[in-house]
Amino acid sequence: MTQFLQQLINGLSLGSIYALIALGYTMVYGILKLINFAHGEVFMVGAYTGFYAAGFLGVADFEAQNHSFPLYLALLVLIIAMAAAALLGMTIEFLAYRPVRSAPRLTPLITAIGVSLFLQNAGMLLFSPNPQRYPAILSEVRFAVFGVIVTNIKLTIFAVALCLMFGLHLFVQKTWTGRAMRALSFNIDAAKLMGIDTNQVIRVTFAIGSALAAAGGILFGLDQITINPLMGVLTGLKAFVAAVLGGIGSIPGAVVGGLLIGLAEQLTAGYLSPEYRDAITFLILILILLLKPEGLLGVVRVEKV
Amino acid sequence: MRILRRTLIFGLCAAALVSTISCKKPAADGSATEATEIAIGHYASMTGSTAHFGQDTDRGVRLAIEEANARGGVLGKKLKLVTLDTRGDSAEAANAVNRLIDVEKVSAVLGEVASSLSLAGGRVAQRRKIPMISPTSTNPKVTEVGDYIFRVCFIDPFQGKVMATFARQNLKFDKVAILKDVKNDYSIGLADAFRKSFSALGGTIVVEQSYSQGDTDFSAQVTAIRGTQAQAVFVPGYYSEVGTIARTADRLGLKVPLLGGDGWDSPDLFKIGGDAINGSYFSDHFAPDVATEKSKAFVANFTKKYGQAPTGLGALGYEAALVLIDSIKRAGKNDPAAIRDAIAATKDFEGVTGKITIDAQRNPQKSAVVLKVEGGKAKFETSIAP
Repeated sequence: MTQFLQQLINGLSLGSIYALIALGYTMVYGILKLINFAHGEVFMVGAYTGFYAAGFLGVADFEAQNHSFPLYLALLVLIIAMAAAALLGMTIEFLAYRPVRSAPRLTPLITAIGVSLFLQNAGMLLFSPNPQRYPAILSEVRFAVFGVIVTNIKLTIFAVALCLMFGLHLFVQKTWTGRAMRALSFNIDAAKLMGIDTNQVIRVTFAIGSALAAAGGILFGLDQITINPLMGVLTGLKAFVAAVLGGIGSIPGAVVGGLLIGLAEQLTAGYLSPEYRDAITFLILILILLLKPEGLLGVVRVEKV
Repeated sequence: MRILRRTLIFGLCAAALVSTISCKKPAADGSATEATEIAIGHYASMTGSTAHFGQDTDRGVRLAIEEANARGGVLGKKLKLVTLDTRGDSAEAANAVNRLIDVEKVSAVLGEVASSLSLAGGRVAQRRKIPMISPTSTNPKVTEVGDYIFRVCFIDPFQGKVMATFARQNLKFDKVAILKDVKNDYSIGLADAFRKSFSALGGTIVVEQSYSQGDTDFSAQVTAIRGTQAQAVFVPGYYSEVGTIARTADRLGLKVPLLGGDGWDSPDLFKIGGDAINGSYFSDHFAPDVATEKSKAFVANFTKKYGQAPTGLGALGYEAALVLIDSIKRAGKNDPAAIRDAIAATKDFEGVTGKITIDAQRNPQKSAVVLKVEGGKAKFETSIAP
């Protein structure tokens, strides 16, 4: 029972990271019908920006003296990484997707794969291909509840992920830009005719999605101990599956999908065999596409001619 | 139209000219190599997740070649080392060996560190009848590829046996868990040997868990092991994953020593593992803190040249190059078949990691050391003979 609860906690924290990344996939897909395959790499760049920002702010000195890194600096690291990723997301959109936006849907998809490969290799060149240990931005505090070990890092992951997701929900439902986003996801041309600056809204969408991925990247580094330039490949794919599982284009769907994928992966690794941990994710993808292609919380839209 | 045709003819002429020039050049170089140099190839993972392995080994190889050249070379010729990167990929390893033989015209090949890559590269070397010495591939299958493939390190069954003996007899443990990398021949080989020897010595393997190279999340496996009575965990993996596993174990309250093999041997183990890896043990080829005359000189020269002490891999890279240079000398000519015979005849060669005699299976007979991790360093614990 202890073991089961422990696996559950591990799975939920992994799942919240997937959920944060899945939000970026789902938002972009909802508006542009584009699967932004470079999103996993934005997540990676976010993690590395946090890594270097923390280094610049002197995390090594705090670690050497056994002091914990001050919370305001940790928040600063988070903000720097989110800002840098937002900038990267907007740049990718401007340089790689905007010129092919009106082309057939396969073109931007292939462009996205190109951007993804470019960023992976640029990452290996710039950050070195060796795995790096993630600095202790949060010093770890452990507590045992009925033999289940919970760390403040896992709690922070839930908390940060929940806050960001709730913030996003408010943004999309309550602000003017959020309403414009929803308008674009219904019909981009009609939205344009209503006087919405579609380029601006798309830019904001990319910025927000990328910033959330960067937050995911930092949480991932804290949780998984090391980061490397190829970390976005598999994690990105799994987050994409999470978005499809929840219903691509649906924000609550991405959250539910992320948590489910995290749990499924962890429980498979714990009780079946760790060798199937990646396989289970893609088995879920196949099953959901066969049985309920619109996803758990997705809506079927009738194509009007 | 006419302009187009003219451009076309001009272009063709230019292309023809360029190709004759570029064809001539390697030929001229090739004949120069023939006269004054003996080319030796090294293929290694200079980048990728095992980049440290390739880089450390290459430093050792390079040092040996430079020292030999400083003494006037071999057979009156200078040695030329060509290192190609495999990026830790087995298809790339086969390509690298092909290129070393076809383009660089090497007489012998050194490499790789990882057994799966040595198998890929070794098949090419065997087919082309170019002798190959792997400095550090410990999987038995590597030298079984054929009679041109040798190594200067002990093999997996021995390393697994060493750690099993150490766990059972020195540490007096009777319950141990195994956590192996199922994507890696090396890890599987060590785990098999450990299981067999540990059970034969009266111990029990309480649980066997696995992961795949490149994984970053080990909490499921560690949680499962925590639920057993294991007194230690045998993790025959590579340093970056082992470091992460040590931290995960520490975080989830699994407070037992980890045991491992020479795949742990990298400064990054301490960087990633931090305090969590202290108190763990691994078997290795070489302990820099206990040394013979020859190994003292090696450690001093290596440290002077590169600004850091050699790892076991650096020592074995150096060793492999020494054995090869010695064999070329004994062969008396720069001919792959003669060099092969000379390597096979190596007997009581005094190296930096011990005395080397190549046996009929083209493996060396030598003992292993067990190192203990303490305060970010690996210290000599004991030595275990075959």
